[in-house]
This record gives sequence, C-alpha cells and structure tokens, in this order.
Amino acid sequence: MTKGAWRVELELSPERSDPVGEAALKALEHRGLTVAGAVRSARAYLLPGDLGRAQVEEASRRLFADPVTEVVRILAPGELPAEAAAMVVIRRLPGVADPEGQSAGRALRLLGVELAESEAVESYRAFRVEGGVDTALLVEASSRALANPVIEKVSAGTEVQAMHPHPTARPGVRVEVPLLDAGGPRLTEISAGMSLALSVEEMGSIQAFFRGEGREPTDVELETLAQTWSEHCKHKTLTGPVRLVVRDEAGRTVAEREYRNLLKQTVFEATQRLSPDWCWSVFVDNAGVVALTEDIGVAIKVETHNHPSALDPYGGAGTGIGGVIRDILGTGLGARPFAATDVFCVGTSEMAAEDVPPGTMHPDRILAGVIAGVRDYGNRMGIPTVCGTVIRHPGYVANPLVFAGCVGEIPRDCVAKAARPGDAIVSIGGRTGRDGIHGATFSSEALHEESETVDAAAVQIGDPITEKKVLDVMMLARDRRLYSAVTDCGAGGFSSAVGEMGEHCGAEVELSTAPLKYPGLAYWEIWISEAQERMVFAVPPETEEAFLGLCASHEVEATVLGRFTGTGRLVLRWHGELVGDMPMDFLHGGVPQPLRQAELVQRDLPETAWPSEADPAALLLAALAHPSIASKEWVVRQYDHEVQGGTVVKPYQGPRGRGPGDGTVLKPRLDLDAGVAIGCGIAPRIAELDSWAGAAMAIDEAVRNVVAAGGNPHRVALLDNFCWGDCRKPDRFGTLVVAAEACRDVALAYGAPFISGKDSLNNEYRVGDRERPIPPTLLCTAIAPMADTALATTTPLKRAGDLLVLVGRTRAAAGGASVASDLLGLRDSLPPRPDLEGAPAIFDAVHRCIEDRLAVSCHDLSEGGLAVALAEMAIGSDGLGARLDLALVPADPGDCALGRLFAETPTRFLLEVAPERLERLAAQLRTLPWAAVGEVTADAGLEFLDSGDPAFRLDVEDLARANGARR
Amino acid sequence: MKPRVLQLFAAGVNCDRELSHAFALAGAEVEQIHVRELMRRPERIRDCDLFSVPGGFTYGDDLGAGTILGTEIECFLGEELRGLHQRGGTIFGVCNGFQALVKCGLLPGLEGVRASLTWNRTHRFECRWVRLRVEAGLGHVLPAGSILPAAAAHAEGRLVLGSPARDLALLEQAGLVAFRYADAAGAATSEYPACPNGSEGAIAGLVDASGRILGLMPHPERNLGPGSLPDRGAGAWGDGSEGIAFFRGMLAPYLAASAV
Repeated sequence: MTKGAWRVELELSPERSDPVGEAALKALEHRGLTVAGAVRSARAYLLPGDLGRAQVEEASRRLFADPVTEVVRILAPGELPAEAAAMVVIRRLPGVADPEGQSAGRALRLLGVELAESEAVESYRAFRVEGGVDTALLVEASSRALANPVIEKVSAGTEVQAMHPHPTARPGVRVEVPLLDAGGPRLTEISAGMSLALSVEEMGSIQAFFRGEGREPTDVELETLAQTWSEHCKHKTLTGPVRLVVRDEAGRTVAEREYRNLLKQTVFEATQRLSPDWCWSVFVDNAGVVALTEDIGVAIKVETHNHPSALDPYGGAGTGIGGVIRDILGTGLGARPFAATDVFCVGTSEMAAEDVPPGTMHPDRILAGVIAGVRDYGNRMGIPTVCGTVIRHPGYVANPLVFAGCVGEIPRDCVAKAARPGDAIVSIGGRTGRDGIHGATFSSEALHEESETVDAAAVQIGDPITEKKVLDVMMLARDRRLYSAVTDCGAGGFSSAVGEMGEHCGAEVELSTAPLKYPGLAYWEIWISEAQERMVFAVPPETEEAFLGLCASHEVEATVLGRFTGTGRLVLRWHGELVGDMPMDFLHGGVPQPLRQAELVQRDLPETAWPSEADPAALLLAALAHPSIASKEWVVRQYDHEVQGGTVVKPYQGPRGRGPGDGTVLKPRLDLDAGVAIGCGIAPRIAELDSWAGAAMAIDEAVRNVVAAGGNPHRVALLDNFCWGDCRKPDRFGTLVVAAEACRDVALAYGAPFISGKDSLNNEYRVGDRERPIPPTLLCTAIAPMADTALATTTPLKRAGDLLVLVGRTRAAAGGASVASDLLGLRDSLPPRPDLEGAPAIFDAVHRCIEDRLAVSCHDLSEGGLAVALAEMAIGSDGLGARLDLALVPADPGDCALGRLFAETPTRFLLEVAPERLERLAAQLRTLPWAAVGEVTADAGLEFLDSGDPAFRLDVEDLARANGARR
Repeated sequence: MKPRVLQLFAAGVNCDRELSHAFALAGAEVEQIHVRELMRRPERIRDCDLFSVPGGFTYGDDLGAGTILGTEIECFLGEELRGLHQRGGTIFGVCNGFQALVKCGLLPGLEGVRASLTWNRTHRFECRWVRLRVEAGLGHVLPAGSILPAAAAHAEGRLVLGSPARDLALLEQAGLVAFRYADAAGAATSEYPACPNGSEGAIAGLVDASGRILGLMPHPERNLGPGSLPDRGAGAWGDGSEGIAFFRGMLAPYLAASAV
C-alpha cells in the first residue's frame, strides 16, 4: 500500500548559479534534448503525509533550507508544482538504501516530530527546465543522462509522488531443494536457477554429501555452500592444481609445468622462504600485518570491486572502499585505518558514445562516478586517500577495474584472535536488507549485456557514517578487550563471516534475531545479504553486557545472533526451526579441485628500434599529456588526503603542490617519529606482450616508489591483486600462472615478501557470442616502514646549482611502454624487464643516499622515462629548471638519444645532490651504473644537451601546461 | 592547572585526533565527550575553559554540512554554551565545527546579518594548503596581518551573506572577520586556488564581538611542524610553528590564569 507524502523541494535562489543544474543541462543536450532555458536542480525530501503543515514548514525552515542561498517549495500530499510539466523527479527504487533520508528522519525527531519507526523520510532529486520542454522527451533523456536506472527511477513532474510500499515479503517457511535424485543437467539447472554459480562437479560433491546425510539440502544450505565455495571467497583457481603448457609462435611445446596449489607454490612460497621476523601475519587474516615499531604493526589490504562499479560506479567504488576499510577493522582484533589507496582502470576518453557497448556506460562517466564514490566514502570516514593512479586502456571499456586499499595501525598483542565456544555471535552496525544478495557469486561470473537490469539486487549503497560509528565504538571495545574475535561482513554476508569465525569450533545462529531494514526477508536472504557496514564479533559471556552497553551509548545497533559452539557444525534456525545443519569440515574442505589447464604462447618479439627522426621536444610535451602521465592532481584534490594530520609526504608536492610524488609517507601516530611509505605499480600494456615482464615491472615500480620516498628496501612488504579474464579458459589462465611465477621470482630476488592479496578472475564481457577479456592486470602495492619520517624525500627540485645524478642503466627495450607504444608505434617490440640480479644493490644504495641526507630530491624513472621524470621534478619546484647532457646517461651500447630520453627501463632513479656532497654520494654508489648527468638551474626551463651541444629546450610552464597542472 | 578543553565528538567527527594533539601541544588538558552524553549532561560544559567542535562530516553532511549537529547544539547545549561564554570561556569550531556554529547561529552573532557556508564555487570537495591572513578581529590571538598556513579540506566552505555588500561592511566595522584567504604575497583573495571556495570577502573565519567565539574552515591543527607543510619547511609555507602558535594564542587567557 502506498501513502501520500509531503514534498519539500529546495532550489538555489534564482540569482545564484546552479552548477548541478548546468551539468544536467549539458548531459541532457548530450542526449539530444533541446532545451530553451536553464535547468535548475533541487534537493528534495518526501515526508509522511500525516504530518501537519506547520510541522513541515518548521522542519523545512530549521532543517532543510539554507536561509541565505535557497528557496523552498512545499507541496501537500497529492499537490503538483506549478511547472510540473517541465520537471522530472528522480527517486531511488524501493529497497535501495537512503542514508540521507534516515538522517532527515532522525533530525525531525530532534525537533520533537513524532515518526513511527516504519515511517521513513526519503531524499530525492528534482530538475526543472526553464522555458518549457516536451515532458516525455525530458523523462526519456533524464533516464539516461541524469539517473542510473540500476538504482533510480525517473518520473515526470506531473506524476503524484507517494511513499514507496514495503518490498514484497518472501515466504518464511523451511524449503528443501530436491537434489538427491537429480542428474547432471538438472544439477546445472538448479545452480543456474538459484544463481549459485556452482559447477556441475561442485553440485555433484554437494549431492554426494547430502546422500550420505540421507536428506535433501535446504535452500539456505545450498546458498551457504555457494557463497563459501565461490571464486570470490575460496580462490579456487589460484589455490587449485594447474598444468601449464608453454608453446612458441609455431605451436611447438617449449615447456610444461605443474602446480598442486599455484598460489602456495609461487607467491606464498617466496614469503615462506624469506619469512622475515618483521612479518607478523601473512595470508591468514583479512589483511597482512608487518612491524612498524616493536609493539605497533601496520595492517594493509587492497581489494577490488569491479562488477558493482561497472553497474553503479558511485555506489560500487564507495562500497569498495567501505569494504576494504572493514577488512582492516576485521584484522586481528581490529586495526585503526590511517590511509587509503585507489587505482582505477577504465576505457579511453576518446571513445564515441555510439561505440560504448550496450549495457555499459561511457568510460568518462564511469571514472567520474568511481572518483566521487571513493571521495565521498573515504572523506566521510576521515581516512586520507593518498596513493593511486588511473589507467586508460580500451580493454577496460566494458569491465572497469576499481582497486581500493586501506592501511591501519594495530598493537602487537591484538594481532591474534580466536572465537571460543560459548562466545556470543554479535552483529553491529548497519541493518540487513535485500541489498547485495548474491554479490559473492555475481562477481565470479562474467558481465553481460543484461547485467544492468538483472543484477540490480547485487548493487550496494554505502553509508559511511554508520561505518565510522562502528570504527569509533570498535576501537574503544578493543582497547577494553571486550571481545575475543572479529571479522567483517563482506561477500557472502553473515554466511561468510560466521562460517569463517566458527570454522574451528562451530556456530549456531537464530536468523530471526537479525535486525532488518524492512520486513519480509526470507531467512536465506538474511543469511547471505551483503548489506554494508556490518561487523561480526565473538563476545565472551562475561563482557557481553559491557559490549552491548558501549555500542548503545554510541548509537550503534548491536544484536546477539547466536553462539559459537564446540560441535564443529554450522547450525541455522528460523524462529526455532532447524533450517541448516552442516559440518564445518565439509563447508570449508568439501570443494572439489579438478586439475585446470593453462596455455601460454611465447611471442617472438623484435628488439625496439627507436627512430632517429622524431622531434624530442614535441614528444616530451605529448608524453606529459599522455593519459597515464598527465597530472592526476584534479583527482587527488577531491580526496581529503591530509585528514588525521599525518600525511608528511603528499601525493602532490612542492611549494605549489603540483609536483607528482612517488610514494606517499604517513605517520599513523602523531606522537611517534615512525611512519610508512606506500607505493603501487601496474603495467597492463607490458603484460599484454609478456605477462612475466608485466608483473615484474609492476612490482619494480611499487618498490621504486617506496624507496624513492625514503622507505627501507630491506623492509618492503608487497600485496598482489590479480585481475584477469575468465581463467576457465586455458589461454587466460596461462598468463596468470606466469604472472604468479614472476611474483615469486621478484619477491625472492628483492627480499620483499608478499603478505596479502586478492584475485578477481572473471573480468570478461560478452556481447552476443563475442568474449572480451581485460588485459592481464596485476596491481602491486608496496609498503615500507620508516624509523623517522623526517628523513623522507620528495621529487621537486630544491636548489639551483645542485647536481643531478642518474642511477641505473638505460636499455633500449620499450615494448608496451606508454610513450613508445602510443606515440612512436613501437608497441610490438621487446618490453623492458627488471634485472633481478642488479636491482637490489641499486635500491640499497639509493636508500643509503637518502638516509644519509645526501640526496635532497629523488624521483624514480617510470612512464615516459628520464625526460618525464626530470620535467616532473621541475614542475614541482618553485621556478627552477635543469640542464642535462644525454651523452652522460649510463646506457647500453647502441642506444640513441631518444631511447635515453624516453625508455622505461626499471630500477632507475634521478637524485638531486649538492656539489660538495658528490664525493660522499660516489662512495655509496661505487661500481653501480650511475653518472652526474646535469645540474639544477635558476631559470625555469629544461635544457637538453648531447655531448655538450644544445639539443632542445622547453619552458617549465609549457611543460606544466601540457601536463595539465594548474598554474 | 592546565587550561581545560572539552572537545565534542559525534557520529562523523573525524579530525578529533589531530585537534586534541594540537591543543595538547599548546599546553591544554583535553577531554573528549560524545554529544549523546553531553546532551544528557550539558552541565559538563561548566568544567571547561574552551569548548571545541572538530571537523568531519557529522551525520554525513546530510541536510547540509553541520545542520544536524548545529540543531543539536542549539536545542540541547545552547544555554550552557552561553553560560560558558559569559564566564569568559571560548567556543571554537573548525571546518565542520565552524559550519555547525554558523548553522546554530553562534556565528557571526551580529543582529541583522545572515551568513551561511555553502558549496564551493567549483562545486566539489577540495583539499589543499592555503594561507590565512590574520584580520583585525583576531589580533588578540595572533599578530594582525601575519600568515597562518593551514590545510583546507571541504566541499561546503564558501561563506555567503544575505546582502553581501552591506553585511560585509557590518562585519568589518564590528571587527568580526578573523581570517581571510591570501595569495603568496599576503594579499586577500577570493580567487581559486588561493581561496579554494570563492568566499565572499575572501573570508575564511569569523569571530564574535567578544573575540571568544571563533570558527574557521581550514585546519590549523594539520600544521603541526615543518614536516606537515607542502614544501616540508623550505620557507614558502612558514616554518611550521604557526599552527601551534594559533592554539597557544587561543589558550592564552587560561594559560595566564593557570600560571598565577
């Protein structure tokens, strides 16, 4: 049943400019709508229809309207606005979370307005077109241009608005699924029909188990198994057996390798062989933990949220960061988050609207949405987003990648945890709704044209303030030791959280106790819902009252769902009736692991042949404007990267705040000198040519970044995030196997263990029968502690007269490199790869130069090579420039000037050093490949020489303009 | 006895750690209290010299930044805060705390002048270091004309006035302008990026006639030393002492009293 509602709509006063309305006008025109006048936007609220006019007027005056900037429109239930025909109203679909509406309800109660609990206030948006417009056309254009049809509905201003009815109730009775007598095809049908994403072999194992039990499974048991066995939760591909066959271009087999457990025998094996004592927790918890000081550690985790972000970029990216923050909260007894990272991979900007595949959004709209999502969630949580990048590549058009990371500090004695029999299972934070049902299984399936409509339930809307309250109360409870274990509710919801915590003891849950957003959820929906902002605790009986009381005093809802037991079984009840009863052993160990096939074709690539004709000055300007190199300052400035007061080396540096940094350095505790350097690396263009090289380059870049900022290369810990196509296809899986091998090889060579990771392996998109995988994408994140952050370095040039020292040898190989591949057409040639034997000595020497304060600036050579690195150091400075002689660059014989300028050979650094300290610097660098190649000048220009002869010169302000940095 | 700072906490407050750290460095004893608790026992305000409202996104900035917290302050804490002020105490709000003090009417506190903090002219959140020029109204805390570098980080920080020209003159006359955004040469400006939001009159902070109700948008508590600065203390952004000097200046009356 629907109820009439008051509408309170607030527009900016007519004389004020309305940027939201102006953006809407552009978007509508882009969709082909002709509009005569301006578009004015309104933020708006629906209030219960039984309130009195005086109450609504008071609320609007005291709570809703800004007295200086806005005009108010109040409409009684059923009343239409004067210009209804020129208006659209955009509301959330029923059941989509509306945190602002909840806040509005709370605020009304402050004013003494009585609202029943089921009576919600709803926030919505409205747009009014001045000068008249065809209503139907306006609605049609707005549906595409202004709303996201996955979560919103557009209606004409002429429609009467009423409160949404409650979502339809599902039957609340125990349901069995007839499985015991089903054949293979029927098993497949059941899996597909229930959206379980289980293979026929897995369904067969389940059938065999329940035949042994002598009964049919219930729906909730199948759902639990599907969640727990999902690729997202179990990582079956990476942890299963695989056989790799490597062939040459002629199809001849050149190598064969087999792994029983790919991850264990590559990435994890390297960690075990290194096993340094400063790694406190690796690959067992929600995040890895390394030592910062003797008794404080740092927890770090990076997650992906790709498919939800494809459907709803804003909500998907926001809940992505929200989810990884909960990973950090759920590490040990809880780490306190102090930094966040983000990396986005999206299609290219140039793509024409008509080329965007059906069911997907234009890459620019996706990018704007994911940035806003991370911004609004991270900023509200008060966690500085400090490190990241944006990759543009046509391969991500239909399947963007959104990586979100979080770093927290944790006392050493909080790293271990275990739920004990008798502990209460307590859920705190957000309520459970129908949002995100099947998120874990959805992310394990490829996207397809209809994803936009059929998977709407898998979209989640974030409510950062609820999560912030959880964080606040949790830190108090942790320090009072009120609980014995905690984990986050992520993919799979309660089913994964309780299943994991109770794996070694057992658990019993009464599903009817879970607080719901609205009535009518089936018990299996409650069990697997991925509603956001929930954490699950194991609370001993003796502290239960104190824990619940503390939550209540912070207005955080906390509910006892059941108890951990000693039975080794997972028992689920619904109003007392038994609806699930399975041994934890089967749940966690019953998934079949068939041998998977992987193939790799080794490409026979030619050496990179640098041309001799190109104009280096034009090339440098073009390189600085390249999407991978162009300034990302406009993104970083939207993030509160300074909150908590500990961001000592910032993402954009120097007196004008426009010099791009390498790693960022943060102090988690303002009362300590210690901090961490954080960096990341990613090289999908190279991985397309050579997966080993792509992975190795990503790792080298991440390590370079933290070393350049002052991090200790002997204390670097790494994270892997593999985003690949459908690895059930042997050619996709082949490049993944080789990337995992690269992680092992580089980790061992650099002495840098991987401590945590995550994979997302079904990043494909189907249109008809064409299948498109994304480029093989490994994001590597590096973190290194620093004893004293005062020793950190930045990239901008500091003083005229200082010398520029280049460390590391330049080699010609440039296949897949951004400048070479995109600007000179050299894409299909041998890609650069790190020299695993030589690199560690370079990292070590550069670190000692920084630690001894010999290098006053340091920048790693990355995309765009030496020329771009030097340009960026000048752009960040206060009006300084540089003179550099290319003939002095340590390079392989046969190299040309263009290669020296733009080659992207890894493990190279450009240092700024005072002339009087050169001798001491030389003592550190000794026999490594290095040379003093130039000097800092007082005029704001870059002057390149070749054996003393002027080659070319550019003004720094022209470089800055090309780079997109604001003047 | 050290000056006593009572710091308000609420859902969405997120600059509490650095703010209490800055007050502590400046010599204060800081106690934090949850708004729920304080609404039950507002008389707790009587125990402090300075009442501090930190930055953040209270209640998610829903209904407009600072609106709900401002309503809570107005409805439940107003009387005790007026008492504190009459006894010579200070009320301080930064960023979201400033927004709340404006929304609840404690600032600018001048009859007939309507002020609000609204969306930045760029219409997006902006985080960057800015230079704040100390205006005459704040001469008792820091030398007028001196520069306080601070980190701006807000989406709704543009100060707007009911009738801009007239109200600006009234504020000026009454000495209620505390800080203005300034360029590298120290000249007041409303231009981006030196002023990230386009505030009318380049106003970054306000003070009441007594000089003891004070609010500003950018965060002086993020200026904790040379390592905090964009150029790490090379000189273009001061030497990193200005932030703590500001907090010490606010606490001066109570530091002096406690020394006696």
